Formats: sequence, structure tokens, C-alpha cells
Amino acid sequence: MEQLKMESYRTDKTLEEHGEAEGLIKEIHGVHPMDYLLRTERLPHIWCPGCGLGTAMTCLLNALVKAELDLDKVCVVSGIGCTGRVPGYVRLDSFHTTHGRAIPFATGLKLANPELQVVVISGDGDLVTIGGNHFIHAARRNMDITVICVNNFNYGMTGGQAGATTPIGGYTTTTPYGNYEYPFNVSALAAASGAVYVARWTVLHARRLERSIVEALLKPGFSLVEVISPCPTGFGRRHRQREGIDTLRYYREHGVIRHGTDPRETDIALGGAIIEGKFVDIEKPTFLEQHARMLEHIAGK
Amino acid sequence: MSEAEARGILSGVFFMQGDIACAEGAICAGCRFFAGYPITPATEVAQRMSERLPTVGGIYIQMEDELASMNAVLGASWAGVKAMTATSGPGFSLMMENLGLGVMMETPCVLVNVQRGGPSTGLPTLVGQGDMMQARWGSHGDYSIIALAPSSPQELFDLTIHAFNLSELYRLPVLVMTDAEVGHMTEKVVIPPAEEIEIVERRKPTVPPEEYLPYRPEPGELVPPMAIAGQGYRFHTTGLTHDERGYPSTADDSAQWPLVQRLIDKIEKNRAKIIRVEYDHLDDAEVAVVSYGISARTAVWPIQMAREEGIKVGLLRLVTVWPFPDEQIYELAGHVRGIVVPEINMGQIVREVQRSAAGRVPVFSVPHPGGGIHNPHKVLQAIRQAAGRKLEE
Amino acid sequence: MKFWRRPLDLETIRVPHGIIHVLVERCKGCGWCIEYCPRKVLEASDEINSKGYHPPKTTQSEACVSCGLCELLCPEFAIYVEEVEGEVKFL
Repeated sequence: MEQLKMESYRTDKTLEEHGEAEGLIKEIHGVHPMDYLLRTERLPHIWCPGCGLGTAMTCLLNALVKAELDLDKVCVVSGIGCTGRVPGYVRLDSFHTTHGRAIPFATGLKLANPELQVVVISGDGDLVTIGGNHFIHAARRNMDITVICVNNFNYGMTGGQAGATTPIGGYTTTTPYGNYEYPFNVSALAAASGAVYVARWTVLHARRLERSIVEALLKPGFSLVEVISPCPTGFGRRHRQREGIDTLRYYREHGVIRHGTDPRETDIALGGAIIEGKFVDIEKPTFLEQHARMLEHIAGK
Repeated sequence: MSEAEARGILSGVFFMQGDIACAEGAICAGCRFFAGYPITPATEVAQRMSERLPTVGGIYIQMEDELASMNAVLGASWAGVKAMTATSGPGFSLMMENLGLGVMMETPCVLVNVQRGGPSTGLPTLVGQGDMMQARWGSHGDYSIIALAPSSPQELFDLTIHAFNLSELYRLPVLVMTDAEVGHMTEKVVIPPAEEIEIVERRKPTVPPEEYLPYRPEPGELVPPMAIAGQGYRFHTTGLTHDERGYPSTADDSAQWPLVQRLIDKIEKNRAKIIRVEYDHLDDAEVAVVSYGISARTAVWPIQMAREEGIKVGLLRLVTVWPFPDEQIYELAGHVRGIVVPEINMGQIVREVQRSAAGRVPVFSVPHPGGGIHNPHKVLQAIRQAAGRKLEE
Repeated sequence: MKFWRRPLDLETIRVPHGIIHVLVERCKGCGWCIEYCPRKVLEASDEINSKGYHPPKTTQSEACVSCGLCELLCPEFAIYVEEVEGEVKFL
């Protein structure tokens, strides 16, 4: 059982337990139930207080366990950026590649060994700005990978510059007078490119996010889960959301769950509704299934 | 042999185009993944791979651009499959960043560059050798690389296999720097039976996952054993400067020193095993022609003509261009009176020859901007000049 | 909890109860667990960890129903709930 492995990954810091009358056990350094899947020697992670990435990572790890996958066969691939640091914290075969190029790397992994379960987790800047070309082509081919795009509407790691998903009017360090470029709608882009599963959730809706990731993992073909996440340091604080909790309150107020909406109608604008839900869930042969069909055809000749 | 008839691993005597021989060499070496993009004059490699890989249980994918191709090749290698891509100048430039990723992550794979006239779009259908310095220095940062230069379709076949072996042994991308002439010429290629071909596989970890460190070589070695994805090693690898655990270590230069030094040392300290040169008629030579690829071949006739004129001249052919055979050039410079370097570029490898000769002997460049092979009389003139003879018209 | 009529199988229903574990040194004081606990079990403590953040403490831990939302939302893997036997007070 996985739980037993916790011991081997405990840090060598001493565990102190203080029982309190109030039903709280305060551990100075302790062991969390998820620690067996984390590289605990590298915790605490580098993400800011109030960043949604830790929650997104929790949902991903929970989903991997709930989907009952062989964890030895799971590969986590990312590009550059804050989300790109996720593979460095998960105790699985993990690859931190170059900016925008996580998806082709994942393609190579999957095609060379189709038994691998390949998950790409990367940010909006990495996946649909610099990596836009690879994103649409992998969706077009219906490559059997699961892509989790954590969208915080800016390039957070480098200090909060505008990216292809920054909404009109957004203030970033490279749009000091407000962004005037039309942004991409990540879900619409994936759906238009041929993805078979497209869902969007904010990190506040963590249970539904987890469930969507399970569905995406188990679905053959290109599955995209867009995770709307707070970035207080890069984006939030320039928009009256100084802390992550303020952004979560914003999501509570502006989040609207509407499954099955046409992704083209789910654009995100500052102050507008954030439409969440499962937008696309269709069946289509994957790249490898098409490839197998081709092999049968030539074998028959 | 018609493409449609080739099934399984081939062996025998063939009349084969260079690019096709390259693809067949890869298949003989065990390559079962190719990700590429069409580009003249390397398209034939991709086409042949798309036909042949399905017949040997491999997989071909045409990626959306060369950046994706290089990354897909790296990914496939990390899944345990030997992988290759082929391109020309413009694609080579696009692959540079991810070539660096391959070097940093220490990923075995092969990158074939069928060079053409440049710069930029240049002369897509005509020969060039202008990417030789880029092969060494193209990606940013410090690293060492291996680059091979075949001079015939047969050698392109042989060196592709050799490139795979070197890449598995030293855990890095190995470049096969051929050119449009060798790539597109059709010649006799002998494919030996599989038992006679030496194949090298990457070293696997010998310890269980709890004790495995992805970037710690065994004591006394410089190349760490490589775990692949899906076998429970749960390793992490990154393009960031990393420590032996594979974890990013970017707060200071403490991990940078040993890592970069080892990436360079694993090639530089093994030069004797990696470098291959061929000496031809150099025992009594007063002039040496140093060249590589197609230019080494087109130097043969000028050398013959010069010999007929009484000039004692021979050829030092570089089979490995990088790491550059410094010592061999230095030693050669000790017993000739001039070195001639014809190459289809405006003078790239000649700089290395000059550097290695360390002033012992004058070095004459015979440049060519690309688009054709050398005029043999120009090379002959250079040989005469190096020999101190009067230059005739 | 006030029922409008008494359910026939009330004895078979058991409301789970939990004890909160806080890994003090990992907390970065984001406040998400405190804000979104549906039972209002948590609040920020006055103590600080070595980084200066105020980790959560419980105020009415008898109300905890081991829903796990704090554990799910926490970005730092710093809090989790352990389901235990106990009477849940509905406050």
C-alpha cells in the first residue's frame, strides 16, 4: 500500500506533536498524507503565498491516485514558468523542458512508449503563447496526452508580463497602460484544434477540478483542463487582488458553472463572468489508433 | 530497390542515395523513432524513415516544425527508444535551443544536418558546408559536442550507426554533418548483416530506485547510467543547472562548476577514443590538404594533378570534425611546409586548423560561398602556393 | 441539528468527525483554509512560524466534519484532517 511508503520519504527533521485541547495537532515539521508523492526534501516550494499552483498540484496528485493509474508509468512534463516547476516537486518521472516545448517532448515520450501515461502541466504563457503552435498541432493530431494549462493571465515567473491570455485592460509590466491586444481563450483554442476533452475550473472549485482531471487522465486522446489560478504577485495585486484569497473571492463571485457551453462563448474579460465546466467531451480516434489502422492496412497488402 | 518492397532490416549490396543510406544506417543501429520536418536536401531521410519505420516496429511522426522535431526526439530517447531527426541549415538553427536541452539533460540521440548554401534560406538545392562552426558553438552556453563528416553514401551509412553508438556511450546528441552532395549522390552501399554491425546501448542503472541519482556517474567515470521513463525510477531531469539528484540548483554557482565541467570533460577527456582521421599519402608529403565531407573527396583530383607536377601532397581527412583533432594537426604541421584547407564555406574549419598548427606552418584557405563543389584548379593553385611553387594561370 | 421530523434511520447515520493536523513550518499564511472551511473551524493563530506566517488554529473543533476541503485547498501541503471517532457538535 502506498501509505506505508510515507516513512521512507519523511524528512530528517524531528517530528514534534503538540496535542491541543481544541482538536488541533500542530506538527512543526510533519508528514502530510500526500508526502509519498512529493519530493519532500524540496519543500516548502517556491510559489508565493496565495498562489494557486499548490492547489492545482494537489488536485493533480489526488486525481492520479483516484484514477488508479500505475504511478511508475506516469510522466509529468512541463516547460518554463511557475507552473513549470510542478514536475520538480512530484515524485514521479518528471521532465522540466524548454519554454513552450513541453508538448512535443511529451509526444516523443508517448509515441516511443505508449504504455506511459503522459501529463503535461504548464502555464498559459508556456503552452499557448510561445508553445501555441505545438498546442494546436497536438490537439489536431489527438495525441494521447493530458494537458493541464494553469492560466493566471500573465507570465508570472519573470515578474508579471503580458501573455496571450491577458485580458483587455489588464495591467502587467509590459502593458503599463492596460493591455489592448485580444487574448486567446485557451478552452476555445483547444476545442477548435480538435481536443476531445476540454474543461475549465478555477482552483477554488477544487473538487470539481480534481474530478475533471480524473476524467481527462482516463480519456484517450488530447484532453485539456484549463485551471484558472491566482497570481497575486504577478497579476492579482495590479488588479485590486493583493492576496490569493482576494482572487478566490473574485472567483466565487464571478465563477459560473455551465457545462456544455460552446467554448467560443466562454471568453474571460476583466470583471466579467468566468464560465467553468466541462465544455467538450467527444470521441475520436487517437493518433496511435490511426497509426495502428495504417499498420493493419499495409500488413494486409 | 523500390521503397515499397523494403521490409524489415536490410542487408546486401545496394545502389543507394546518401540520404536513404543514412536512414538505413539509423534503422540498422536500432533507431525506431524519427520526428522530422521536410527540408531540402534532407527530405529524403524523412521520407525513407516514414516508409521503413512502420515495417520494423518503429514510429515516424512529422512534427509541425524543427523545434518540435528535436524535442520529440529527446522525449522518445527518454522513453528508451533510439531517436533521430534530419534537417538542413534553417532547421538546424531552429533546433539549437533544444540541442542544448539534449546536451544538458544528457540525452542520446542523432541529429543529421544535410548542409546547403546559406545564410538564411540560401540555396536550398545546392551544397554548402557553412554550418560547421555552428555545429560546435550553435547553442548558447558552454558544452562539448561530437560532429561527424561523411564523404560518401557508404560512409554516411556507417557514420550514422557510429553516431548512434557514440550518443549512447557519451549520453549526448551527436551530429552527422553531411551535405547536399553526399546526401543526394547515389553510390554503392554495402549493408552488412545485422550480426556484423556493432551496436552500443546506453548504460542502465545498477542500483535500485531509492539509491539512484540520475546525474552521478560511477566512480572514475564521467557518464552517468541512464534510467528511462516508466521503470519506477521516478527521476527528475531539467534544463536548469542541476545537482546530482537532477534537482535545479540555481541559487549560486556551486552546481554549475561540476556540471558544466563534466559535460565538457566527458567529451574532451575521451578525445583519443572519439576522434577519427584518415591519412592518405602523407608519409612523404610537403603539403597537406586538410578537409572533410564532400570537399575532402573533391580534393582527390587536385592532389593527383599536383603529384603529377611533382608536388608531394597528401590528404588528412577529418571524419570527426568535433572534437577537433588539435593534436593530429599540430603533429602534421611539424613535418609539412604548408596546409591547404578547402571547404564549401568562407573559412570555418580553417580557423581551427590555424589554431592547432600554432604558427608552425602557413595555412591556406580555399573558401567557397556555397552552391557548388570546388573548382579543382583553385584547389591545385592553393596546393602550389603552399608548396612554394610559382603560381600558373 | 433540528430535523422537521425525526428520520427513521437516524441511529445508522454517523456524521464523520475530524482532527486537524497543521504542519506549521510549511504554512505561508494564505488563509484559504480559514476562509473556506464550511464549519468555521479554523482561524489564524497569533503564533508565528519561523518564516513569520500565522498558521491556523481551531476555534470550534467539535464542529469539524472531516470534509477535507482545507486539505484539498491548501497550496502548501500544510494541513490535513484525520477522521476520528467523536460526536460532532452542530453549532
